[in-house]
Amino acid sequence: MSSQRAAWWFLAPAMVVLGVFFLLPVIAALGLSLTDYDLYALADIRHLRFVALGNYWDLLHQKKFWSALGHTLYFVIVGVPLSLMVSLGAALLLNSPLVRCKAFFRTALFAPVVTTVVAVAVVWRYIFNTKYGLLNYALGVVGIHPVDWLGNPHWAMPSIILFAVWKNFGYNMIILLAGLQAIPKDLYEAARIDGASPLQQFRHITLPMLGPTLLMVGILTVSGYFQLFAEPYVMTEGGPLQSTTSVLYLMYNEGFKWWNFGTASAVAFLLFVIMFAVTAVMLRLGRRGDAA
Amino acid sequence: MSTRAAKAIIHGLLIGGALVAVFPLLWMLAVSFMQPGEAGSLPPPLWPAHATWHNYEVLFLRAGMGRYLFNSFAISAAITLLSLAFNLMAGYAFAKLRFAGRERLFQLMLGLLVIPAQVAMLPLFLMLKSMGLVNSYAAVVVPAAATAFGIFLVRQYARGIPDELLEAARIDGAGELRIFGQIVLPLLKPIMVTLAIFTFLTAWNDFMWPLIALTGQEHYTLPLGLASLAREHAQDSELMMAGSVVTVIPVLALFLAMQRYYIEGLLLGSVKG
Repeated sequence: MSSQRAAWWFLAPAMVVLGVFFLLPVIAALGLSLTDYDLYALADIRHLRFVALGNYWDLLHQKKFWSALGHTLYFVIVGVPLSLMVSLGAALLLNSPLVRCKAFFRTALFAPVVTTVVAVAVVWRYIFNTKYGLLNYALGVVGIHPVDWLGNPHWAMPSIILFAVWKNFGYNMIILLAGLQAIPKDLYEAARIDGASPLQQFRHITLPMLGPTLLMVGILTVSGYFQLFAEPYVMTEGGPLQSTTSVLYLMYNEGFKWWNFGTASAVAFLLFVIMFAVTAVMLRLGRRGDAA
Repeated sequence: MSTRAAKAIIHGLLIGGALVAVFPLLWMLAVSFMQPGEAGSLPPPLWPAHATWHNYEVLFLRAGMGRYLFNSFAISAAITLLSLAFNLMAGYAFAKLRFAGRERLFQLMLGLLVIPAQVAMLPLFLMLKSMGLVNSYAAVVVPAAATAFGIFLVRQYARGIPDELLEAARIDGAGELRIFGQIVLPLLKPIMVTLAIFTFLTAWNDFMWPLIALTGQEHYTLPLGLASLAREHAQDSELMMAGSVVTVIPVLALFLAMQRYYIEGLLLGSVKG
């Protein structure tokens, strides 16, 4: 009895915080997305009207939502596989028994992960600078003409992807490295005796054994990349020509620039639903791959 | 392919990768000591011709960077302390105390992990506004004072504490609070350190919610101050680099000093999660 009561006292602070400052707002967001809450309602709540699924309906008929979703999907579809390949490559290199100074390389490759997005985005903005940037200078040395990386609608998103991969790959590298180290060494031993080449070993031992870790890392990375916001906010302000405006950027603009809280909440919920669906599909495909 | 050639290739790739990873950070440091305008010359200079503290002086004396630095430290420290206390208590309760509905509540809490935090941001803003808390430290600290992820991490770790230890203390007449303080907390020290570093780094680097909740410059954290500087002073690359250095150095130093715990936490959170 007293142990029961003690348990609730121990739980209370955390549950109040999570309940009042997370669960309640999430439920409220669903309600908000069914209203036309805007600047007028902010000033006087009597202006608030219930519009049912009106916000969702409008959004699904507006170009700005689809283009924001398109930019986000571009970022996810190109960025996640690229990031995973770099992470896996780095993990494989670090896992090689031939490597010396392993701890040093691991720390160096991981360092960008702990840095502040805004700060390193500012740094990369200068690396991408058309006139004085190091990237164009280096390309100029090999005879490639300067590219307006962040000012050209075709190049802005690839530039942000490049930056994001640089910033994030170390995180998955560490997890994949741990996964690689967990693969029993005698599997490779036996394969070598059977005459399997390193490539065959990778294809038939490393990849299948790493499968569950890759799936998990993939799902976490996809959810993370769907939440693209700070990078375009600092590097391109969503431009040029809206080419880097992500779904969250749209939510931010709708909500905190134009004070259309109803529409913004609907954007947030649509993003949530899309993320949930993508994750579920990935899980299902992953499980089926396991069974096969 | 001989072992020596393989070794050379692997090391070559690793050195190249490490250079790409670290170069922007080193270059940021170098440019921050350059004279105004120096970085805007061709070829892009890698090293300051005449190193100067000028940019840091401008930042702290005129751009209010000291204030941002203080705010970042205050907010991150408060979030770390509070969430550590709340997450440890709740995680321990989920792991070791019996109460009705324990499993169901825990499942519900895990369910929260799939909801992106941004969904809550709009109503949270309205709620804090009605409480008069927008543009205060509390607006950033209080919502971060407990995390489902932190509770989950503590619970996984605390499950390793033997029940006999707690039972023996209870039979000796120790109260629940005393058991928690004198027996449980010392055993949870490793996860405490890991969680503290993780929380501090996350709070320090956080951008979107502070951007929404802190509307006045006097409450800006470093990332907010830097982002607003970047919009005003887009051309002063030396100044911006110095600002980035001030923002990044504290977390980078913390990470380098406590690397082992950080990596451990990262693996705990993902592999077992």
